Amino acid sequence: MEVFTDVALLSRIQFALTVAYHFLFVPLSIGLGLILAICETRYYRSRDPRDAAATHFWVKIFTATFAIGVATGITMEFSFGTNWANYSRFVGDIFGAPLAAEALFAFFLESVFLGVLLFGRKRVSPRAYMVSAWLVWFGSCLSALWILIANSWMQTPAGAALNAAGDEALITDFLAAAFNPSIFARYTHTVDALLIMGAFVAMAVAAWYLLKGKHTDFAMKIMRTGAVVGIITSCIMIVFAHASAVVVWEEQPTKLAMMEGQYETEAPPLYAFGWVDEEAGEVITPFAIPGGTSFLATGTWDTEYPGLNDLAETEKYGAMDPADLPVNFVFQSYHIMVAMYGLIMLAAILAIIFTFKGGRVRKMRWLQKLLLISPLFPFIAINTGWITAEVGRQPWVVYPSVTGPDGVELLTDNAISMSVSAPELLTTLALFVLVYVLLLVGWARVIARFIKEGPSLQEGASAVGGAEVPFDGDEPAVPLEAAAAVVTVEEDAEGDAVVAEGVAVEADDATRPAASGKDGE
Amino acid sequence: MMTMTVLGVLWFFLIFVLIAGYFILDGFDLGVGVLFPFLAKSEEDKAVMRRVIGPVWDGNEVWLLTAGGALFAAFPDAYATTFSGFYLAVMLVLFGLIVRAVSFEFRAGDPGWAKVWDVCFFVGSLLPALLFGVAVGNIYAGIPMDANGDYMGVPLLGLITPFTLLTGLLGLAMFLAAGATWTALKAPLESGLRARAQKLRLPLQAAAVALFVVVSVLGHFFYAPDMAPELGIFRWLFAGLFLVTVVGSMVVGRVGERRGCPKADLGAFLGQSAGAFSLVGLLACSMFPCLVVASADSVGPTITIMNAASSELSLFWMTVILCIGLPLVLVYHVVIYRTFRGRVSPEDLAH
Repeated sequence: MEVFTDVALLSRIQFALTVAYHFLFVPLSIGLGLILAICETRYYRSRDPRDAAATHFWVKIFTATFAIGVATGITMEFSFGTNWANYSRFVGDIFGAPLAAEALFAFFLESVFLGVLLFGRKRVSPRAYMVSAWLVWFGSCLSALWILIANSWMQTPAGAALNAAGDEALITDFLAAAFNPSIFARYTHTVDALLIMGAFVAMAVAAWYLLKGKHTDFAMKIMRTGAVVGIITSCIMIVFAHASAVVVWEEQPTKLAMMEGQYETEAPPLYAFGWVDEEAGEVITPFAIPGGTSFLATGTWDTEYPGLNDLAETEKYGAMDPADLPVNFVFQSYHIMVAMYGLIMLAAILAIIFTFKGGRVRKMRWLQKLLLISPLFPFIAINTGWITAEVGRQPWVVYPSVTGPDGVELLTDNAISMSVSAPELLTTLALFVLVYVLLLVGWARVIARFIKEGPSLQEGASAVGGAEVPFDGDEPAVPLEAAAAVVTVEEDAEGDAVVAEGVAVEADDATRPAASGKDGE
Repeated sequence: MMTMTVLGVLWFFLIFVLIAGYFILDGFDLGVGVLFPFLAKSEEDKAVMRRVIGPVWDGNEVWLLTAGGALFAAFPDAYATTFSGFYLAVMLVLFGLIVRAVSFEFRAGDPGWAKVWDVCFFVGSLLPALLFGVAVGNIYAGIPMDANGDYMGVPLLGLITPFTLLTGLLGLAMFLAAGATWTALKAPLESGLRARAQKLRLPLQAAAVALFVVVSVLGHFFYAPDMAPELGIFRWLFAGLFLVTVVGSMVVGRVGERRGCPKADLGAFLGQSAGAFSLVGLLACSMFPCLVVASADSVGPTITIMNAASSELSLFWMTVILCIGLPLVLVYHVVIYRTFRGRVSPEDLAH
């Protein structure tokens, strides 16, 4: 079978597998990084041990997720050299600098201050600890910027020229290459999607505790944070998503045609869903708005746009054969992403309404269940979005965009490592599957345990170095709180598990004002 | 570009500076990981060994990513040839680094699988610690390349020769010695762990010195006798510096141990680190201006600064990036090593 001998295909499978896996965890760490920083800021202001417990809870989940993101990220940096040696030779003059900058500016920042977050609670001041949380998040956003500069340059090359021998793209203008035509739209689109993901995961964790009737006070706090971040990020997504679509419209005609299954030149219609009959070269759908996509991109209903068949006739896109393109795959990915956005907005609106309208989400089991599964929506949207972006630029790895410099383009088939054989690739593919399954199981076990344990006042308090203070009765507020906690624990159906953990973070809303006394530092 | 430019030469040495940073810092991390099953006798020992590198290992590993990215940017051909040519070896290093990275956090959160993650910590540290040296032996002694610069030899097994095996062992000995000196420096003062690390320090360093002498003699007289004649004086300088610092570290460590002076552990560690730096310096001066040497049966030429460097404009921007980034990185390192200075105490293990 071809798939066992085709080095280019195997290399693509390996890259797709490892990068999609990497991107299971990156959204979580960038999204949750913000939630974590917000929680720590709340603790910095309130000095309420329950807020410290909340931060501690997120630090644990964040770190386990971050670790696997870091580990699988090394694969990505190595893979350009290991599997795409000819690609590296072609783009090295331009593509290497953002990677080096990412490590230098972002990775060091993240990793060093994560060390402080993990081990430094008692060694640094509360202010420095809070700043560390924000720096970790800032670092991860910065790393996304550099890697997206690199990726966007592959989509819309700029600031470069082909060398005389025709085998290397040389940089001519660094800033033009870095701030290439698609970077702003794609960066904002991507990072906002990750923040949505983080907000939805926070709400799902909160919904889980509400469903179980445990840690409800903590859950409501997280729900509020998640709902606010969720609604803001989901709403501004309209702007960023639109900007991304416009860039594709302007710069990547073959990708746009694949996204809408458009083989013939016309004013592209808008489909809510459909199926691309790749042989007949048409979209099968019961429902379409004529000129709808044209309207979304340009504001007019009748702007004609070239279809794949006409594009393949041009010199620029002549290397492409419409019959070989995975048009339906890109079409479906794109439309699933859009559909998921609908669900995201729905969940975000329901969450914000019922979280702040007297906290009614507390009692609404159907909404809790919806929010519990809601991280699936951004998760699917993010992955189908990336499939659209990356499969949509095939058969090129460096795409000949409309405004791109002449000749700065590379076909994926010409980008591989000539010294790597199919058997070697099959070996490493098998190893990747093995190792990555181990990692996923390990991660799931750890996360399940952390969530089952929940935020623990004892752990949170001992982490800030004030274990004795909140519970020894020196402060009048504390016995009240502790008593409230015990009462709730006794009423808890699963009380045994909670009692075994020491003290649960449970207290009625009524005790909250009393509990905001300072803990010992 | 076929000429040697100032920026090309600068980046040649900067790559080695980044490699040296990695070799010193992640060196002790990897060493601790390999020594982990041998030095730790109790659960508490294990916790201490994880804790001595816990806050810093991640940042230390970024030196490797920076060096890799910088090699990609400054000498794309060298990056492409080595990473694709050493494919299976690089993948083994990668899998090692991956399972090692997660083993810290997962071990802490999952006592039920403690054994699994302990094994991952050890194996994941051993693979890179051994294979880095093998890779260096290959680019120094020479590999067969085709006209495009792609490796033509036998995958994985073709990379293992008596010489590259020796360079691999030299690398491993250096990693282990660094791990032992770091553990002795950071473990609690009165612990058995510290005593064992101190005891192991000396033979590991002695092994590193012995392997260094063998590898240097082989390299200088048999494998690549005519390399870098213009830097001959620096080669002797770095070779001498290596011997002085590592032997000095051995003496300081031994005397400190006898006299019960805990401060000597710091001296021993710094000496060992200076030795690691000297070794990379010696390598850089010996390789100059080559990045990947072509063996006698190679079709393609040796990859050098002249035929592999990126354009001047690209190197200029890389220099700008480094001038902004490196001071920041150094500040971060001061912050983190100051925050976690001193020996690990029992309260630290509560995490």
